[in-house]
Amino acid sequence: MIPGSFSYHRPASVADAVKLLSDLGEDARPLAGGHSLVPMMKLRLATPGHLIDLHGIAALKGISRSGNNLVIGAMTTQHELLASDDVAKAMPILHEAALQIADPQVRYRGTIGGNVANGDPGNDMPALMMTLGATYRLEGAGGARDVAAADFYQGAYFTALEPGEILTSLSIPVPAAGHGYAYEKLKRKVGDYATAAAAVVLTMSGGKVVTCSIGLTNVHETPLLAADAAKAVIGTSLDAATLKKAAAAAEAIMAPAADARGPVEYRKHVGGIMVTRALQRAASVAK
Amino acid sequence: MNDMTPTREQRSAALEGMGCKRKRVEDIRFTQGKGNYVDDVKLPGMLHGDFVRSPHPHARVKKIDDSEALKVPGVLAVITAETLKTVNLAWMPTLAGDVQMVLADGKVLFQNQEVAFVVATDRYAADDGINKVVVEYEPLPPLVDPFKSMDKDAPVLREDLAGKTSGAHGPRKHHNHIFEWTVGDKDLTDAAFNKADVKIKEMISYHRTHPSPLETCQCVCSFDKIKGELTIYGTFQAPHVIRTVVSLIAKLPEQKIHVIAPDIGGGFGNKVGAYPGYICAAVASIVTGKPVKWVEDRIENLTATSFARDYHMTTEVAATKDGKVTGLRVHVLADHGAFDACADPSKWPAGFFNIVTGSYDFPTAHLAVDGVYTNKAPGGVAYRCSFRVTEAAYCIERAMDILAQKLNMDPAELRLKNFIKPEQFPYHSALGWEYDSGDYHTAMRKMMETTGYAALRKEQTEKRAAFARGETREIMGLGVSFFTEIVGAGPSKNCDILGIAMFDSCEIRMHPTGAGIARVGSKSQGQGHETTWAQIIATEIGIPADNIMVEEGNTDTAPYGLGTYGSRSTPVAGAAIAMAARKIKAKAQMIAAYKLEVHEDDLEFDIDGFRVKGLPEKFMSMKDICWAAYNSVPPGMEPGLEAVSYYDPPNMTYPFGAYLCVMDIDVDTGVYKVRRFYALDDCGTRINPMIIEGQVHGGLTEAFAIAMGQEIRYDEVGNVVTGSFMDFFMPTAVETPHWETDFTVTPSPHHPIGAKGVGESPNVGGVPAFSNAVNDAFSFLGSTHIQMPHDFWRNWKAAKALGAVA
Repeated sequence: MIPGSFSYHRPASVADAVKLLSDLGEDARPLAGGHSLVPMMKLRLATPGHLIDLHGIAALKGISRSGNNLVIGAMTTQHELLASDDVAKAMPILHEAALQIADPQVRYRGTIGGNVANGDPGNDMPALMMTLGATYRLEGAGGARDVAAADFYQGAYFTALEPGEILTSLSIPVPAAGHGYAYEKLKRKVGDYATAAAAVVLTMSGGKVVTCSIGLTNVHETPLLAADAAKAVIGTSLDAATLKKAAAAAEAIMAPAADARGPVEYRKHVGGIMVTRALQRAASVAK
Repeated sequence: MNDMTPTREQRSAALEGMGCKRKRVEDIRFTQGKGNYVDDVKLPGMLHGDFVRSPHPHARVKKIDDSEALKVPGVLAVITAETLKTVNLAWMPTLAGDVQMVLADGKVLFQNQEVAFVVATDRYAADDGINKVVVEYEPLPPLVDPFKSMDKDAPVLREDLAGKTSGAHGPRKHHNHIFEWTVGDKDLTDAAFNKADVKIKEMISYHRTHPSPLETCQCVCSFDKIKGELTIYGTFQAPHVIRTVVSLIAKLPEQKIHVIAPDIGGGFGNKVGAYPGYICAAVASIVTGKPVKWVEDRIENLTATSFARDYHMTTEVAATKDGKVTGLRVHVLADHGAFDACADPSKWPAGFFNIVTGSYDFPTAHLAVDGVYTNKAPGGVAYRCSFRVTEAAYCIERAMDILAQKLNMDPAELRLKNFIKPEQFPYHSALGWEYDSGDYHTAMRKMMETTGYAALRKEQTEKRAAFARGETREIMGLGVSFFTEIVGAGPSKNCDILGIAMFDSCEIRMHPTGAGIARVGSKSQGQGHETTWAQIIATEIGIPADNIMVEEGNTDTAPYGLGTYGSRSTPVAGAAIAMAARKIKAKAQMIAAYKLEVHEDDLEFDIDGFRVKGLPEKFMSMKDICWAAYNSVPPGMEPGLEAVSYYDPPNMTYPFGAYLCVMDIDVDTGVYKVRRFYALDDCGTRINPMIIEGQVHGGLTEAFAIAMGQEIRYDEVGNVVTGSFMDFFMPTAVETPHWETDFTVTPSPHHPIGAKGVGESPNVGGVPAFSNAVNDAFSFLGSTHIQMPHDFWRNWKAAKALGAVA
């Protein structure tokens, strides 16, 4: 549990950070909240020669409104998300999900950028970002580009980030007024990754679902958008048969690993239940 | 007398003696981060050691190449079994009569076993060095399942025992067999079963878990070559035993070994035994001439230092058709891992598991325990319980519920029908113990009345009907547990550790100003001894607890004691403290008689001093007596006011309690909610009710963890898969239920102050309460026994197997 030696860098701008990354190559890793990277280093599963600490870059922090989108700097902490009125009002599901991440100590340090960029299927934010239709801004030596969250995740810890690129901000469309939402997460204890979790954002009209988006956490090597499940509920009043169909459609795309949280069969089963419960609760808060 | 004269109540309260909710004096430093733990010890020139560990559960070690490691800047030495052989320390004795490799000698027998010890100038260099040691292994077939350990073709684990047909506890039946221990009358028990109306039989497993204290195991060893003295700072629950063991195995004169256990961050049995880290740090210090620190990390603690439980108990109860138990038969398969490193009194290979008849009047019983080796970490320590007592309590408390189910009786009623009656104490159990005192019926009825047990059963019946009608997906369970602990090891007639009787000790020195210091052979790891020991003395001699400093853990200053584990501190050391205080009091009485010019027999003790009988104004306070002890003692008496007591208890003490857990389980997810948990404890005389309550909260939280998910698990090829708090269930305040505590008081008749000990009762009684709640919830669906741990997915699996989930 003792890391190997490394050099520490603290650039003051994104440009400097990008330059360091491209100069130092694969031996360098950007450091955000450190909740994934530092334990990996302590176990020597990660042995970067250079750590590029992003905490000195003021431009990477903050929450602002840009048109119909909330733009969140990558180094914004989960605690800052929870403290934001903008988030609570415009995107209450983000507030709800952030509260489910670990514990206050972790949330003071953990960042939304680190959470979504690391590609850990256990993290809560990636599936939520897919559900909300967010895009990520990636900046590298060749300039900046935007990638949809839905296109970002390629495998466990494999993402669309190219070597030398840093995820600098997230842009999230504000859901329609009166939308319903829920993030249902089954976990064994505070601080645990989800056994299975489901994010739902929907709109209702006359008791029927008009639009719906469903994301799934930790039931596959990447976060998932459950498109068929979402399609199954459009136009319905979320009756028992529809919920069953939606849960089954969601379970059909799950491929969780067996671990201490339970065998595959259990994790898929409760994944379906999380979808059902999230749909019901989202509908109950929709206006 | 004027208004300013304190009343008797005020004088008594000012002492903060026994029965007072005195605030813990040690918490002033603990809550401000001012404790002094082993890792706070920093000596000049101190080096750091760390282990190369085996990735294999079973393998031959072909070659260890340290050449690259020795090139790492800061790395000074790499110690292997070959190095240790030069000082005859490649193997060490265990407390259970086995021997254990300090470093891998020819082969490794469990994953994460210690293979080499790298010594460096700092922790980072030591870890860099570890990563450069190249070990060549030849994997061997692992033995993981204890039920296969005595198969004819099972791999030979302990080649060092080849040809040894007997061990420390008698004959060995197989190359992986350690001991067989039998107690009780087999023929009488067989006869009871032959004529029984009703019988139950169940294999009840208590899974492997780990004490996992907040502070891991660690030490700093410092050898002074000039003086030939070895000083060891360590996380020791029993520092004097460590001193003697080191003297015996390192062949150092015992007076030249100084063992110091500073503040300790929890022990729970994990810090009783000796570990390779201690030996390696000591040898490294002797070799380098510099202090060497070894600090375990969490993964090492969970995977290599002593585990607890791993008992597989095939349990049979015979009874009449109206529910009177007539016989108990238990066979235990005990998985000890690679070495038998149980920390039991030496003559007790399965600890006090023969308390398994519990709180019930079994006319006959028979017990057999087979200990076996597997490719797992060694241990078998008493995790917040007396030796194997929590296993025994779990076994009998599950069995009583299973019997109640078979008889279609209420589990509480079945227990009431079979309890040992108050007039039967002292009670001689079928498996050989003499229970000192108890009033089980009163405790059980108080639990049932306080919790509204009958109404809860009625609610359960209604909920089951609603479940059957499909109106709810939740099932409700009531977990009844009534445990009898056996603590306070122990009487010299049956308890010793490596030949040293399990007494304990106290030395009290009163100073001229009416203050004093008490040094005790026990060693607090958070139990609050600095607070409670002073309270005993305060009541016994009438000096305020605040004026008594308590010191433990330094073998040069504390009298020899056997340490703190198995809830032995209050029953044994607590008695020594009271007896030493009484010696002080006796001398004080002589001094007071001389000063008050009366005969000793004309004096009576009155709260905080001596008074002449019939002459209330003639009084001498203990404070004044302390002063007099240093200037005007009676002619012929030695000055000073000191006493030492070594207390060999005449018997164990037998705390007991009645617990109830009310639990709701969602069958679709297996998620449980502990709606209510009530714990009534009878620990005899209560020294500090606040500390008792704290002990009960802590023990119940551990019991909750163990029953509901905490396990050390190995996969089928011997990899340990629960090596961190990500996977090893350690509940936080959020998951921990609310605890309701209650008590009755049945003093121990043989203990000087009637106290029995309480620290471990809640773990012993709590685990069966939780497990019985889960089992009770599912019983109406047709199950008789579901194995622990009862985590969410296993509850769901049980519901699915019983047809409650599609």
